[in-house]
Amino acid sequence: MTENGVMSRAKVLTIDTMNPTVKKVEYAVRGPIVQRAVELERELSEGMKKPFAEVIRANIGDAHAMGQQPITFFRQVLALCSYPELLSDNTFPEDAKSRACRILQSCGGNSLGAYSASQGIDSVRHDVARYIERRDGGVPCDPDDIYLTTGASDGIVTMLKLLVCGEGAGRTGVMISIPQYPLYSAALAELGAVQINYYLNEEKCWSLDISELQRALDEARRYCNPRALCIINPGNPTGQVQSRECIEDVIRFAAKERLFLMADEVYQDNVYADGCQFHSFKKVLFEMGPEYSETVELASFHSTSKCYMGECGFRGGYMEIINMDEEVKAQLTKLLSVRLCPPVPGQALMDLVVNPPRPGEPSYDSFIKERTATLSALAEKAKLTEQVLNTVQGISCNPVQGAMYSFPRITIPDKAINEATDQGQLPDMFYCMKMLEETGICLVPGSGFGQKDGTYHFRMTILPPRDKLKILLNKVKEFHQKFTQQYS
Amino acid sequence: MKQLEYAFMAKLAIHIKEQLRKGVKKPYKTIIDVSFGDPHKAGVKPLTFARQVIAACTYPKLMNSDKLPLDAKQRAQWLLDRCPGQSVGSYTATAGIPETVHKISAFITRRDGGAPSDPKNIFITAGSQWALMNILNVLVNKQASPRTGVLTPAPGHDKAVLSIVGMGGETIPYYLTEEQGWALQVEELQRALDSAQGVCKPVALYVINPGNPAGHVQSRKSIQEVIRFVSEKRLFLLADEVYQDCVQGENTEFVSYKRVLNEMGPPFSETVELASFHSVSKSVMGECGLRCGYVELVNVDPAVMKHIFTLFSKGSCSPVLGQIALDVMINPPQPGDPSYTLYNQETQHIRDMLIQNAKRVYEVVNSLPGLSCQPVDGGAFAFPRVFLPPKAIKKAKDLGMEPDTFYSVRLLEEAGVFVRPGCGYKQKKDTYHIRFCIMTPRDMMDELLGRLTSFHRKFMMDFA
Repeated sequence: MTENGVMSRAKVLTIDTMNPTVKKVEYAVRGPIVQRAVELERELSEGMKKPFAEVIRANIGDAHAMGQQPITFFRQVLALCSYPELLSDNTFPEDAKSRACRILQSCGGNSLGAYSASQGIDSVRHDVARYIERRDGGVPCDPDDIYLTTGASDGIVTMLKLLVCGEGAGRTGVMISIPQYPLYSAALAELGAVQINYYLNEEKCWSLDISELQRALDEARRYCNPRALCIINPGNPTGQVQSRECIEDVIRFAAKERLFLMADEVYQDNVYADGCQFHSFKKVLFEMGPEYSETVELASFHSTSKCYMGECGFRGGYMEIINMDEEVKAQLTKLLSVRLCPPVPGQALMDLVVNPPRPGEPSYDSFIKERTATLSALAEKAKLTEQVLNTVQGISCNPVQGAMYSFPRITIPDKAINEATDQGQLPDMFYCMKMLEETGICLVPGSGFGQKDGTYHFRMTILPPRDKLKILLNKVKEFHQKFTQQYS
Repeated sequence: MKQLEYAFMAKLAIHIKEQLRKGVKKPYKTIIDVSFGDPHKAGVKPLTFARQVIAACTYPKLMNSDKLPLDAKQRAQWLLDRCPGQSVGSYTATAGIPETVHKISAFITRRDGGAPSDPKNIFITAGSQWALMNILNVLVNKQASPRTGVLTPAPGHDKAVLSIVGMGGETIPYYLTEEQGWALQVEELQRALDSAQGVCKPVALYVINPGNPAGHVQSRKSIQEVIRFVSEKRLFLLADEVYQDCVQGENTEFVSYKRVLNEMGPPFSETVELASFHSVSKSVMGECGLRCGYVELVNVDPAVMKHIFTLFSKGSCSPVLGQIALDVMINPPQPGDPSYTLYNQETQHIRDMLIQNAKRVYEVVNSLPGLSCQPVDGGAFAFPRVFLPPKAIKKAKDLGMEPDTFYSVRLLEEAGVFVRPGCGYKQKKDTYHIRFCIMTPRDMMDELLGRLTSFHRKFMMDFA
């Protein structure tokens, strides 16, 4: 192959020679629509005229980016840990200082810059175990079962790496809800695992039916070896909060079918709807008695990125692993050691999250005030989102029971579907791209999460400040009406 | 196997620490842990300016404090203005804070005598090993038959090896030449490549420069040879340069692979595919716990770059405090800035410490019969060779241990010095080594060398 008369060498690493499974990896949350949003932001900053003054990134569950404030106490402790000279500064409360000292003492050389053990700082893991026990009404938690991770994603991907093996019809299959958070589909694609889809029931508020789990499993057994069942509760993108009954059913199902349960519980504090309550899989498992609690293998994941903290940038997280075979645990330790250790500031932050100010401590009142304000604002915005979107003909939004997103169903006119197909785009991507170009609002099309064939959705965060959210929702309404009109 | 040995020694160290805490009498009061390249753990202080910036970013109320110098506050404000929502709790762009990425490319260009660097080819990552894993993931085809092979240095640290094997690839070791200061010989690269015939399909060459555990720093000539080799043999070049800031040898200079590639001009500069890695962990910053580094990709197929981006994107982004430290590392206070004097003092102190430690280690270790040490021209470790007496080797084998593990365990138990045995680093058969970190305060290194000297003399006598 020649170009300009110069012999063009074939590269070593090309589309054809690269690892084929990587080609299948997609991650819609940061995918093509977001890249276009970045371009538009650049164009705006260069003075190009647009039908909007700013790009709104309602695509990503990033609370601080949308103006949510961090918890003061947490940031004070972390600042003190980063620069201990500040311990002599009287503007910091005493409890923040003593907490910082305690954390620093558990770090090598009393510095956040030293590596920690690959499983995470010992004292932090102990604190996490105590938090879990408190949360779960006394159900015991062994600190050795706790692994600190770089965000929950690190733990999830590592567990999947452990689980996936085999060839051909013996290849590991992993059950995941549709719709799902696309980290799962990306990781499964990368590992060459078989993704087994079980559909959540949109008509019943995105509930999980065991009969659907059974259907998906039975079918999958024909071409792969199903070994794991992933569940996100509260759900992403769907926001449903599973009932206790449902969790018990899932556990019984996993026990009967010998599936490793992976419970993604990063939104555990984000529960808004009346009558809904977060029940941890761990707690329910143990309350079901030894027949289940001694046999079902479970990994539960949590993170500092969501809930009321919103500290995505710290990449803090943990996983609790129950009933894992000892030899497999040894392999897990080896896997984790390759990336050395999770970020120490994230570990310190997790310590504060599981061990917040207590009544009587100087920072307690402001901590409670801030946490309550954040969570109630989210609850309000969840309600507002559902309300406004349901006033739009052609948009139907299930109650946002929890998490941080709405995942409304949209009706796309046939004309638009045809135009999308002609352009080689999926209809909901076409819709979302148009919305981005015309309003500056960046959403993620439902196809990025998975949806029933022939249905279309988008995922929009509920995170912008209330007044801004109202404006946004109305813009979405206007756009939808205009779009429907245009393609009628 | 190696993992288990380290885990065993780590448990032993914890046990000894417990005993010491309980007041059990030992010939030492504390353990000197030099098993990891972790300067802060060893007692080296973080750089003040970096930590001030991090603190102000974490708790912006500090912008009003007189406790922080003006330039620290300005840098913190500049960084916060580039974080969504002005918070270090937000995710950043996948490749990192865009302006910091630009600064990295400017840093690379300055470092490399003007060689251009495109920000689009730079990703900030959660540590160099994380970045390496992602690049290896693209290179190594698990389903391929024959398996994908990567040439790896011996001795060399085991993280890359674990990643490659974990992905279903094969490592093809090439041996560095101990007698020549652990130099890399191209003939050995050829031998290694030949050995892969019929075993696996080599696609990449992984080099560590400055080395780990071997403290060699490649000459320009050596780097040119490697570049010509990968070009001819059609291999992707993975250059782990995280120790580029640690150069101790007299008349030794770090030259980056990128720079040499650029200097060699076409066709090499336009065709050799290269990934270079750097990190905040091993520079004089020593911020291992913040988990941050970057990778620069050169001449990588744009279609493949898209997939590399997607791979990085599913990890969301690197820890933001780490990105802040990286920003300071590649763009430190300049002469005239309020923090310049202190920053310069602190970094110079650490560099002097490294130079002195390297010298002392070389002198002391080489003065002991039965030990020899190549010059530690760069990197964070010494990797002395231990000439174990046959009696000691037999004792080790009877105990089911590698001989250098046996030596290291004895060193830990009897002298309270925690090093790593050379068997974890793929040394030449029937040679034995120990590895220990030299990024420690001067007095700790002196103490270590004192204990090592007494221990070693006794050990050699006991097993004569």
